[in-house]
Amino acid sequence: MKLKTFRKGGIHPAPSKLTSGMPIVEIGVSSEIRLELAESIGVPARCIVKPGQSVSAGEMIAEAAAFVSAPVHSPVAGTVKRIEKLRDPQGFWREAVVIATEHIETAVDEAEEALSPRTQDEVDALTPKEIIDIVGNAGVVGLGGATFPTRVKLSIPEGKKAEVVILNGAECEPFLTCDEVLMCGYPDRIVAGCRLIMKAVGVDRAIIGIEANKPQAIAAFRRLLKGCDDISVQPLKMKYPQGGEKQLIYALTGKEVPEGGLPVDAGAVVDNVATAYAVYDAIYNRKPLTQRVVTVTGPHLKKPGNYLVKIGTTISSIIEAAGGLPEDTGKVIAGGPMMGKAMSRLDAPTTKAISGILVLPESMSKRRSEEPCIRCAKCVSVCPMGLEPYQMMNLSIAKRFEDITKLHVMSCLECGSCSYVCPSHRPLLDYIRYAKQEIRKMPKK
Amino acid sequence: MGVISTTILVIGGIGVLAAIVLYFVAKKFYVYENPKIAEIEELLPGANCGGCGMSGCHAFAKACAETDSLDGFNCTGAGKDIMEKISVIVGLEAKAGIRRVAVMKCNGGCSERQIVNNYDGVTSCAMEGALYQGETDCNYGCLGRGDCVASCIFDALHIDSESGIAVVDHEKCVGCGKCVKTCPRGLLELVPVIDDKPIVWVTCMNHDKGALAMKECTISCIGCGKCKRVCEHGAVDVEDFVAHINPELCVGCGECEAACPRGSITHIGDLIPTKKEAES
Amino acid sequence: MENKLTVSLSPHLHSHNSISRSMWNVIIALIPALAVAIWTFGVDALWVIAVSVCACMLTEWLIERFMFHRPCTLMNGSAIITGLLLAFNLPSILPWWMVVVGAVVAIGIGKMSFGGLGCNIWNPALVGRVFLLISFPAAMTTWPAGVSSGLVHMSGASGADATTGATLLATLNESNGEIGMSSVDFMDMAIGHMNGSLGEVGSIAILIGLVYMLITKVITWHIPVSMIGSAALFSWAFGGNPLLDVFAGGLLLGAVFMATDYVTSPMTKAGQLIYGFMIGFITIVIRRYGSYPEGVSFAILLMNSFTPIINRYCHPTLFGRRRK
Repeated sequence: MKLKTFRKGGIHPAPSKLTSGMPIVEIGVSSEIRLELAESIGVPARCIVKPGQSVSAGEMIAEAAAFVSAPVHSPVAGTVKRIEKLRDPQGFWREAVVIATEHIETAVDEAEEALSPRTQDEVDALTPKEIIDIVGNAGVVGLGGATFPTRVKLSIPEGKKAEVVILNGAECEPFLTCDEVLMCGYPDRIVAGCRLIMKAVGVDRAIIGIEANKPQAIAAFRRLLKGCDDISVQPLKMKYPQGGEKQLIYALTGKEVPEGGLPVDAGAVVDNVATAYAVYDAIYNRKPLTQRVVTVTGPHLKKPGNYLVKIGTTISSIIEAAGGLPEDTGKVIAGGPMMGKAMSRLDAPTTKAISGILVLPESMSKRRSEEPCIRCAKCVSVCPMGLEPYQMMNLSIAKRFEDITKLHVMSCLECGSCSYVCPSHRPLLDYIRYAKQEIRKMPKK
Repeated sequence: MGVISTTILVIGGIGVLAAIVLYFVAKKFYVYENPKIAEIEELLPGANCGGCGMSGCHAFAKACAETDSLDGFNCTGAGKDIMEKISVIVGLEAKAGIRRVAVMKCNGGCSERQIVNNYDGVTSCAMEGALYQGETDCNYGCLGRGDCVASCIFDALHIDSESGIAVVDHEKCVGCGKCVKTCPRGLLELVPVIDDKPIVWVTCMNHDKGALAMKECTISCIGCGKCKRVCEHGAVDVEDFVAHINPELCVGCGECEAACPRGSITHIGDLIPTKKEAES
Repeated sequence: MENKLTVSLSPHLHSHNSISRSMWNVIIALIPALAVAIWTFGVDALWVIAVSVCACMLTEWLIERFMFHRPCTLMNGSAIITGLLLAFNLPSILPWWMVVVGAVVAIGIGKMSFGGLGCNIWNPALVGRVFLLISFPAAMTTWPAGVSSGLVHMSGASGADATTGATLLATLNESNGEIGMSSVDFMDMAIGHMNGSLGEVGSIAILIGLVYMLITKVITWHIPVSMIGSAALFSWAFGGNPLLDVFAGGLLLGAVFMATDYVTSPMTKAGQLIYGFMIGFITIVIRRYGSYPEGVSFAILLMNSFTPIINRYCHPTLFGRRRK
C-alpha cells in the first residue's frame, strides 16, 4: 500500500529507536509519590485532600477547576503528607500533593483489587455524555505530550461536526517507543478505546496512522481489524513531524486545518494511541489515569527500556531503574529530542506529559556556535507549516513583533525542523518562541 | 556657443521651474506648528527614552506647549532645572521634577549563588527565564544575560565581569524606567532621589522560605523581619519572605542594614545618623 | 552527580549540516569544470585560478583580521569558491595583476563591504568580473590563440596566423548571423574544446557538477532549470538557436554555480522560479540586442538586486490557507 504523508516540509532525523520491541517493564512503587496539580494544560486542578488524610489507590485528590482542567488521582494507597510547592523539571515552583505510600510491595495488587470492571453490556449501555464524563473524571489527558484534557477534546463545540476519529500512532520523534510497545502489546484495548471515542464524538469512521518503521504494530492492528470496516490502519511515510496533529490530519484525510483552527474544523478528532488506551482503562476497568509508559533511553544508558511508571514517581528513581545516569551525561530531556524539554533538576516528579526520558551524553548536548545566515532557504523548505523561520528570527532579534504576526508566527508548531537543518546552527526556534511569548503578552486589539 | 547657451537655458529653466513648483507645494502643504515646541525640543536631551511617559522628546515638547498646567510633567533625562526652563517658555508654573534612579534588587553574584547547571542558548534573560529556573537554584535572581543593559540608552547598566550580574551606575541613570520594564524577573525598581537623602534598599527578591532561600544564596533575604523591627519609621515591609523598603518613608538611617543578618540590604549616599547615634 | 546538566531549548538534535560542508560540496562540484579548463587552456588556466583563489583568501583574511577583528572564517570555503568562480569567468591569458584586482574587488567590495558572508547583495565573483570587464574591456575579451573557437575551421576565420582567438558568441555577434549554425561544432562545445572564459567551456563538466550538487542537496533544481529553460525559450522566440544559446558562453556556468548562490538568490521556490526565468530572459535580450556578446553576468547581477523584492512578495503557502 502506498504510504501517506503530509505535503510540505519535514525532515528525516535518524530514528534511533533503541528500545523498539522491548517489553513494558513495571518499576517498583516508590515510598513517596509527588503529584503536581497542573497535570494538564489550562487551569491547575483544585486540591480536595488535607494533610494527614488517608487516600486509596485511584482516589481523586484534586478536582477539575475549570472546563479546561483535569482532575488528579492518587496512584497508590497512602497518607497525604504535605501539600506544598515543588519544583518541576525546569525548576519552576508548582503546587503539589505529597503522598506517603503504604505497603510498598503490595501497592500494585491493591490498586487492581479495588476495581470491578464494567461488563461489555454495561459499557454498551453508556451514552456519549456518560462516556465523556467518565473519561473526564478519570483525569485522562492527551498523552502525546500536550496534555490537553481529553474530555474537552471529546466535547465537540456547538455547530461543528466531527467526521472521523484519528488515532495518532505516528511516533515520529526519534528515540521514543512508548506508543509502539503499547500498540504491539495491547492493540485490542486501543481499538476498544477508539470505539469508545468514536461513540463519544458520534462518528462511525476511524483511522489509525502509524509510521512505516513500526511494521509489527501495523500488522497487529491489521490482524485485529480484519473484516472491520469502521476502523482502518494507515501506514505513514517516515518523516518528521508526521505525528503533528495538523500534518497527520492532512496525511490521512487530505484536509487542511485552517489557520488558527482546531482539528474539528477539518472534521477530525485526533487522539494519541496511549490516550485511547487510557480511555479504555477508564471505561472498562474504572481505572483513572495514574500511570503511563515512559521510554527511558539514551545512547550510553545501561538499561534503556519502556517502563510503566506511576505518575508522581521522581525522575531520578526512574533513571535509577534504567541503570542510573551514565558518567558522561550532559543533558536529560523530558520527551523526545525534537520537542522535549531539557531538565535542570531530576528530583522533580513525573507528570502525565512525560512520554520519554532521554539521557544524552556530553558530546551530544552542546550546541555548535552560531554563524551568519547564508540565506540557503533550508529552513523555509523544511517548515511543515509554510512559514519563513529565517525572517521571523531576524524580526524577533529586532523586536518587531507586530511584523512577525503578519508572518503568521502563531501557526508555528515548534517542531524544530528549522533549527535542525540550519547549516549555520542558528537558534531559529528559540527566537520564534520568544516572539510568540512576547506576542501573547501584547494586549489584544 | 549655440550648444552651450542652449544647455544653460535648458538646465536653468528646469531649475527655475522646479523651484516654482516646490514653492507652491510647500505653501499648499504648510502645517502650522507652535514655535514653542521647537524651542522646548531644543532643551530636551533628544534621547527619546520615554522616561516622561510620552513616546519621545517631540511628543513631550508638544504636550508641554499645549497643556494648561505643567503638573505631572517631568523630563527625567535632562537634569533638575529643565522644567524651570520649560515653564519660562510656556509661561506656566512648574514644580521641579523628582529625579529617580533605578536600583538593582539582586546582589547574588557567582560567589554567592552557586551555578548548578549550564544554560546553552541565546544570550537573553527573557528566553532563559521563560525556559527554566536559570543557572542557579534561585528562581528570582539576576540571570545576567544583559537584557537590561541592551535596553539602557544612557549606558548606565552593565554586567559586572566578576559577579556576572547587572549593576546600575547611579551617576549615569536618569530613571527613565526602560530596564524596569525589560527585566523579566522585575529586579529593577525606580526610587526617588530626594535631596541628599541616601537610598537604602533590599538587594534580594527571593520569595522562597527562609531555609530554602539560605541554601540558594549566601546573601538572600530570608524574610526574618529584623529590619522591620529596627525601623522606627515603619518603612520596611516583609511580604512573602522578602523585605521591601518604602523609599517615601525611609529616612536613610541605615539601621536596617546594620541589623540584617544576611547582608542583603545596601545603600548609596551618606547615611544620616539617627538621634541616638547623634547624641552619643 | 558531578557534572552539571546542560539546559537548552528544543530541538536537541542537529542535522550535522554546516556552512563549510555545503561550501566544500560546491568546491567538489567545481572540480570537473576545473579539470576541463586546465585541459583546454593548459598551465595558463592553472595560474589564473591559483592567483585568483589565493588573492581572494588573502583579502578576506586581511579584512577579517584587521578591519572586523573577527575570528578567521577562511576554512568554511566561501572565499575559495569566490576565487574559483572569479577565475572561471576570466580568460586564461589575463595578466596576473588584473586577476588580483578582480579578486580584491570581489571580496573587498562585493562581499566584505556589506559585512561579510551572508550579507552581500550581489554575487561577489560576478562583481569582480564585471568590474574587470568594464575597466579592462580589451584584456577581458582577448582569448588565447590556437584554441578552437568552436566553429568548424573555415579559411580565414581563425587561421593559425591569428594572434588571438575569439569566442563562439563573439564571432556570431560580429558576423550578424552570416555564419550559419551548420558551422558550429557541437561536439567540441560539449567537451570544452572551444574558446572562452576558463570555466564556461566544459558543458558536460558543469552538468556533472550540477548533478553532484543536486544529489548532495546543496541546491534544488528550481533556479538552474527555470533559468536554462527560459533562456532556451526566448532564444527560440527571438529566432535564435536554443542549443547554441544554452551551451555556448557562460549560461550553464551561471545557471549552475552563480545564480544558485545561496546569499543572493530568493528564499522560496516560487521566487526562485521567477528569478531563474528572469535571468534567462535578460541574458537573451542582452545577447540579441546588446553590444556585449555575453549577458549572463549582467543578468544575474540585475536579478540579484531584485532578490529582496522577490522575497518580499513571494511567500510560501501557509498550511491551512490552500484553496481546496
